[in-house]
Amino acid sequence: MSEVSIPASTAVVASSRFEFKALIRRVQGLLVPAVLVIIWETVVRAGWVSQHLLPPPSELVTTLADLAGNGTLLGHIGISSLRVLIGFFIGAGLAVVVGAAVGLSRRTEALLDPTFQALRAIPSLAWVPLLLLWLGIDEAPKITLIAIGAFFPVYLNFVAGIQNVERKLVEVGGIYGLTGYRLIARIFLPAALPNLFTGLRSGLSLSWMFLVAAELIAASSGLGYLLTDGRETGRADLVIVAIIVLALLGKTSDSLLLWLEVRLLGWRDVFDTRPS
Amino acid sequence: MSHNLLDLAVAAKDFQALRVIKNVRFGINAGEVVSLVGPSGCGKSTLLRIIGGLDTSYSGKVCIKGEPPHLHSREVGLIFQEPRLLPWLMVAENVAFELGRKGRHHPYVTQLLAEVGLSDFATAYPKQLSGGMAQRAAIARGLFTQPSLLLLDEPFSAVDAFTRRRLQDLLLSVAGHHGTTLLLVTHDVSEAVYLSDRVIVLADRPGRISGQVIVGEARPRDRRNPQLIRREAEVLTLLNDGTNAFFDLSYDLASAPTPWQAARLSSLNFAI
Repeated sequence: MSEVSIPASTAVVASSRFEFKALIRRVQGLLVPAVLVIIWETVVRAGWVSQHLLPPPSELVTTLADLAGNGTLLGHIGISSLRVLIGFFIGAGLAVVVGAAVGLSRRTEALLDPTFQALRAIPSLAWVPLLLLWLGIDEAPKITLIAIGAFFPVYLNFVAGIQNVERKLVEVGGIYGLTGYRLIARIFLPAALPNLFTGLRSGLSLSWMFLVAAELIAASSGLGYLLTDGRETGRADLVIVAIIVLALLGKTSDSLLLWLEVRLLGWRDVFDTRPS
Repeated sequence: MSHNLLDLAVAAKDFQALRVIKNVRFGINAGEVVSLVGPSGCGKSTLLRIIGGLDTSYSGKVCIKGEPPHLHSREVGLIFQEPRLLPWLMVAENVAFELGRKGRHHPYVTQLLAEVGLSDFATAYPKQLSGGMAQRAAIARGLFTQPSLLLLDEPFSAVDAFTRRRLQDLLLSVAGHHGTTLLLVTHDVSEAVYLSDRVIVLADRPGRISGQVIVGEARPRDRRNPQLIRREAEVLTLLNDGTNAFFDLSYDLASAPTPWQAARLSSLNFAI
């Protein structure tokens, strides 16, 4: 018994080394940003770059703290997030309905798809003047623009997903007597779900893009307004803080969708590059 | 008509201008195991699709228990060459697909999974199964609706030889236990003879019956049984259009250009 037992200390060392490795793996993504921030701070402090054009990270932290302290930042984040949320849901929801109709029926596809392909070719910002003319400068044009942005990626991916469902699986549904909406719900939708998620994720990131476009042009609140405000008052720190917050929000919302995707699509037989 | 479980008389079946089946008639009694063998393109899979109700454009008359075939028939189950499990459903949900999502807790699912040896994989997803395990799950799904007639389209051609033998025995025992009649399409003559009571041999262009071999051996059978091997030879004879000759390729080979010139041994010097 005593002959084969491993000395306790070895085991502890091994496990702590393992934990250290896991920690390294987790924080390695922060390495490059950290180095960049240090270089940035040094360069500005040394006076090589004008502090007015590129405020050092330490000053950004102060600006951020000020904005967060008096509640204005939270207000901007709230209104921008709400716009994205509403616009994204409207756009993605419509895209799912229209995409299902187009993907499932050749006739609907022949009828609608050319129109949508043509509309898709319009650059997003070209909509802005028209939307302002039609809908005024309220919330309506912003949400419409975001919905347009969310619509096309979801639509295109979902249609492709439905049209690429394996005939063999559809046949299985047929053998079990599934037709109409039951065939759609039990075969087409689950099979097209991976594509739908790809579309939702790119639709969401486009929603943030279109939000900024809308808010830059006409807004009195929101992160896009903060960007305009910073430019007009010559405060680069405000602009950079708004950019950083937008990046964080975009990343967070994408992570939420990714989390949902991993939960719902665990059945996929895909090559997994993530560390186990 | 007769009291067969299946009565099939397909006068003609065309794919565009090509006639793929011409005057094929046979019947199957309840409890029988029957195989269809034949060269590829002889329409044996098409016959299976007709019986399964997947193909309705043919002329002739097909009756299953006196009824014409239709999709979603309670009498007929279908198993394909590939398992065709739905990847987003767990194994138990696949087996009970007929009942929808709530079906996975049905007691019959548990029983069938135990019979095919997949009790521990009820909540696994198809991606976690090997090819043989997935095909076992497909067999369980095919039996879940308790069909009188189970149609199998080259069910074991995608698995390795060892798995194939085990799946063959599993199929016989499970089908025997449930009293299911089997109609099997296969390329594998020894599989057909080992499994079946009767082997129906088809010829191609157009697909027609060239003969039938009755395998009278009792089950369980020994694969080394010389009687089975004799029946295999009969099936092979029928496949070769009634001649006992082997396929003679020597003429084709002789006329083909030789890729290399044979060296005359005398011209070579060997240093050993």
